[in-house]
Amino acid sequence: MPSLSPKSIHSIVESKGAALPINIREELYQKLLEYHKKYRLKKKEVEAIVKEAVEEYEGALIEPGEAVGTVAAQSMGEPSTQMTLNTFHYAGVAEINVTLGLPRIIELVDARKNPSTPIMMVYLDEEHRYDKKKAEEVARRIEGTTILNLAQSITTDIINLEIIVDIEPERLEKSGLTMEDIQKKLKSSFKTAEFEVDGYTLIVRPKKAEKLSDLRKIAEKVKSHRLKGLSGVNKTVVRPSGEEYVIYTEGSNFKQVLKVKGVDPTRTRTNNIHEIAEVLGVEAARNAIVEEIVNTMQEQGLEVDVRHIMLVADMMTLNGTVKAIGRHGIVGGKASVLARAAFEITTQHLFEAAERGESDPLSGVVENVLIGQPVPVGTGMVKLTMRLPIQPKEKE
Amino acid sequence: MAAKRKFNIFDHELVPEHRILSDEEKAELLKKYNIKLSQLPQIKASDPAVEELGAKPGDIIEIKRKSPTAGIYYYYRIVVED
Repeated sequence: MPSLSPKSIHSIVESKGAALPINIREELYQKLLEYHKKYRLKKKEVEAIVKEAVEEYEGALIEPGEAVGTVAAQSMGEPSTQMTLNTFHYAGVAEINVTLGLPRIIELVDARKNPSTPIMMVYLDEEHRYDKKKAEEVARRIEGTTILNLAQSITTDIINLEIIVDIEPERLEKSGLTMEDIQKKLKSSFKTAEFEVDGYTLIVRPKKAEKLSDLRKIAEKVKSHRLKGLSGVNKTVVRPSGEEYVIYTEGSNFKQVLKVKGVDPTRTRTNNIHEIAEVLGVEAARNAIVEEIVNTMQEQGLEVDVRHIMLVADMMTLNGTVKAIGRHGIVGGKASVLARAAFEITTQHLFEAAERGESDPLSGVVENVLIGQPVPVGTGMVKLTMRLPIQPKEKE
Repeated sequence: MAAKRKFNIFDHELVPEHRILSDEEKAELLKKYNIKLSQLPQIKASDPAVEELGAKPGDIIEIKRKSPTAGIYYYYRIVVED
């Protein structure tokens, strides 16, 4: 009998093991090849092995009715008690602060609109990736620069009603701007004031400022006016990562940064989940949630099975938007009044439900725990109906 | 060079492949899992990925997800109006 070719083993695995996920099929195939070399397997044997593997796999699947959500909650909750409560520096970038540990997990699960420390990791395209000078050039395009960033001192002249700004030449050079640029930019943005440049000194003269408070108001506006870069991005740091240079930014503006010349838009990312959902869609946001939680856990030296995290991320993105886990998100959207009331702000939920005349069919888990009935979980999911034996008619 | 070309979101690492199901595939899917359309997870019509595909409310999107446990698996979302 001719020996089995690898190709025919592959086709057996593909046809008989169609129920297996692709990773397991691949692993099974590799193992079969290995054993085929040693033992010269017959076709029947290969088929039997694949059948056995499928049975084993199906036995390992989660059963219907398993309380996966509770298991996920416990699996993530317990390790989080061991996390630090502090904000630490980001690994490798000491200059940029990043929220890590428990606060970060809470932030993710609460789906906050703005993380407390938004950062972006900006990857660069082929041309700018390997050269520090070129990377810094891109960083300068991204970094938002204001007068405040460049100034050495800002003084208010009360007598002449002027604001005098001394620009630090070094910083000016680093930012790639000139005094003329600044004057031009400010002139086009502010119609209410005149700008005069003298060496490295900028004098701001409001056209009509009778009171000191007017002067202060204008001063504030001028100080924080963005001269270049992206809004929301305050600081950039160029760091080597492997062979290439990556720009880390404090502050995030994902939509705009993808359009900046020199940026590789396929790898650049932000830690603001909502920005990802807006620019790349929910599916990308789901992936980002999983990744962020896994990274945060890992950074703390904790290991949680991804399946729990994937479940959380799937629930958060179930209706196409990123929703929090909590009374404003998933729990708040529950159909059952009692389930909502059992979670938070009990009375408010009950009052509102009474006002609307809601009814509760008691089909969920929480409601049934609350009233002390069997819970529809595991074996409690199964309902038994029995037909009574037909009584033989008594003969008279 | 890169600035001229419009960036396609499907090129981003975080975005998995999306595909619109045909009517036959839709029926098959609902039969396979024994579910109604309303039981599927949703995706907004204004989602960038949906807009890129040009899907309409009522379409089912098949998402080819990469998973560390299963390798590749398929997830389905129904397009809904916002």
